[in-house]
Amino acid sequence: MINYIIRRILYAIPILIGVNLLTFALFFVVNTPDNMARIHLGVKHVTPEAIAKWKHERGYDKPLIWNSAAQGAKQASDTIFFEKSVGMFAFDFGRSDEGRDIAHDIKTRMWPSLAIALPVFVVGLAVNIAFAMLMAFFRATYIDLSGVVLCVAMMSISGLFYIIGGQYLVSKLLHLTPISGFDAGSNALKFIILPVVIGVVGGIGSGARWYRTIFLEETSRDYVRTARAKGLSELSVLFGHVLKNAMIPILTGAVVVIPLLFMGSLISESFFGIPGLGSYTIDAINAQDFAIVRAMVFLGSVLYIVGLILTDISYTLVDPRIRLE
Amino acid sequence: MMLFKPVLLWTDMLLWLLLAGVAFYAWRVRRREHLLQPWRRLLRSRSGVASAVVLLAFVAVGVLDSLHFRLPLEKLGNGGAETHYSPEVLSVFDLMVGPLRKQVEKTYSAPFAAHLYTKETIELPGGKQVRDYPRLKFGGAHLREPAREQAGDVAVTALQGGVYALALCGGLAVALAVWLARRRGISPGAAWTMIRHGCDEIPWRTLLATIGLLVLFVCLATVFSAKYHIFGTDKVGQDVFYLALKSIRTGLMIGTLTTLVMLPFALLLGIMAGYFRGWVDDVIQYTYTTLSSIPGVLLIAAAVLILQVYMDSNQELFDTVAARADIRLLFLCVILGITSWTGLCRLLRGETLKVREMEFIQAATAFGIGHFRIIARHILPNVMHIVLISIVLDFSALVLAEAVLSYVGVGVDPAMQSWGNMINGARLEMAREPMVWWSLLAAFVFMFVLVLSANLFSDRVRDAFDPRVR
Repeated sequence: MINYIIRRILYAIPILIGVNLLTFALFFVVNTPDNMARIHLGVKHVTPEAIAKWKHERGYDKPLIWNSAAQGAKQASDTIFFEKSVGMFAFDFGRSDEGRDIAHDIKTRMWPSLAIALPVFVVGLAVNIAFAMLMAFFRATYIDLSGVVLCVAMMSISGLFYIIGGQYLVSKLLHLTPISGFDAGSNALKFIILPVVIGVVGGIGSGARWYRTIFLEETSRDYVRTARAKGLSELSVLFGHVLKNAMIPILTGAVVVIPLLFMGSLISESFFGIPGLGSYTIDAINAQDFAIVRAMVFLGSVLYIVGLILTDISYTLVDPRIRLE
Repeated sequence: MMLFKPVLLWTDMLLWLLLAGVAFYAWRVRRREHLLQPWRRLLRSRSGVASAVVLLAFVAVGVLDSLHFRLPLEKLGNGGAETHYSPEVLSVFDLMVGPLRKQVEKTYSAPFAAHLYTKETIELPGGKQVRDYPRLKFGGAHLREPAREQAGDVAVTALQGGVYALALCGGLAVALAVWLARRRGISPGAAWTMIRHGCDEIPWRTLLATIGLLVLFVCLATVFSAKYHIFGTDKVGQDVFYLALKSIRTGLMIGTLTTLVMLPFALLLGIMAGYFRGWVDDVIQYTYTTLSSIPGVLLIAAAVLILQVYMDSNQELFDTVAARADIRLLFLCVILGITSWTGLCRLLRGETLKVREMEFIQAATAFGIGHFRIIARHILPNVMHIVLISIVLDFSALVLAEAVLSYVGVGVDPAMQSWGNMINGARLEMAREPMVWWSLLAAFVFMFVLVLSANLFSDRVRDAFDPRVR
């Protein structure tokens, strides 16, 4: 088991190197620092001196990969690639184009993100499973059919409309929660409720439908027939046997997103004015702050790979038939 | 002098390529019973037929909106023989809905309104000035006293539209009954009974009902949009209904071209990985794992930012606004394709691994047939159902993604009509009192209908084509 985990982590390294090289190529080779400077300083009426100054302040005036002017090891280390990309492996994200410390920003902003994303994940999982169980219990009846129709209809609504509609209905018409904002400590609760509810409702369509197919697949297995044959009621078959076995695909599918919860949600955070990593990324995109976007791309990939490793481990925990060698 | 100058945008070209591909596929399928079978199954399901009709209606609008041209400018004096063309790129669809495009008001107005949304200073004939909501130039302009006459006028117009729709639908129903009677060799009366009771393999009743609803909508929209702005007007006074219709092309392009762009990569790499295995497999697996481990939105954002930088520094490459917006749309499709081909590639690799162990492949290898021929003749046809299913499944997700990306600021060009841009524009006006809700409503209705029918259709496609479901 330990061996397996170590090997998986070693496998992750070439992938992270690939991600790193790709982002480096995108941000510095395809799109030169000169272009970046011009975007920030305005496309027209910009002097070469201003560009040079902008680049120097941010350390973008060094050679890309190989510094032939330097001596010894500095030839490889005194370059944009080494300073901006290699450091990321140590989670040293450097400074944003505006001069802020990215690592510090990430550390403070991931908690509000988590405060929204974690309840959405947990409550959403429970609600989706409950709905899917309901539909599986009443399978091939009108309740099941109308449930599926409802799910497909809910899937077909863009996430933006859930947020806009929820904000309008709950905050503007009923005045139940503030429209947007965030606060520290227990005061945060009133700001969190609406985004969480909307996040859960928006996910029901695809989630419940997906889990329903998993449940239905399980109910056609032999062990279910055996359980029914020995006289168990449909409810205890469903909860005692089907749910347990269906948890294997459900849990392993859900585990992969757990690390990504730190990243928060781009859309809902910026609508609700929550100072999390999602809105941080959106602000960076709008301000064309390439350093932050680059850091977030790398961080996202790391978290995704962690999620994949956790998924593999969770297989062995929930399914005793699987052993990792 | 030419009456117009045809304009072939990049996305148009790809769209025609795609349509040619679809036509070629249809021609092949027609002659092969085993390929025809799943389509027959699809046509027998009621939701399949209904959603296909709605999707076809959307596609028709999108295709008409892709025939672009530029009109000549009026000659100034009798100068040179050379004609100059307007920088505005129009489409056949623009001509068809002519008044919608040209009836531009000053700023916001609510659906079916006869007055503007904001108060203005109006000069009365006597020279006095009052602050009031001014009348619209086009919406309800035929009414003398809107407050009193409007309800009656709306009712009469709706009735008029209903009568047109009824006449058209009646004609259609009769034509269908006669056609069916000819084909089956029964009397038209018997054919009509068959349609009404739904006792045929193909659900004619559902087909007729869906077309009837569409016809009703088109008739009502036509009679009303001649007199009113059905979905109101936006900030610069453009008809929101027109914008929503124009957005159809953008949505369809994103949904289909993305797949078209990614398909060659996914097919080639997926099949190669599964067929050759060994180091080829390792390299390809490494590539797609790396790409798929980057969160999609972030990779798209990064790539679009960089595209923006490139386009801003090379503005001389694009001669019209439409060409510029079009290039951006095309690149958005490419970028979306790059982030989304990994899923299909993985599926194809798995399926190829399975197929290559089958006896007929071993037989082909034993006969000394080359790798290329084996892949083209034996493996490709056996993995095509996966391709088809995933194209249809991805479509609705891509249409929804467009709206989100436009909101994030990395979507289509702001000058291009799209549902995402409509939502984005309306979002800024949400705090206004009374709220400007009609752009949101229009975008919501159009997106919902398109995505819902795409979802229903993809479910039926999966049922019909997936061998595991059968």
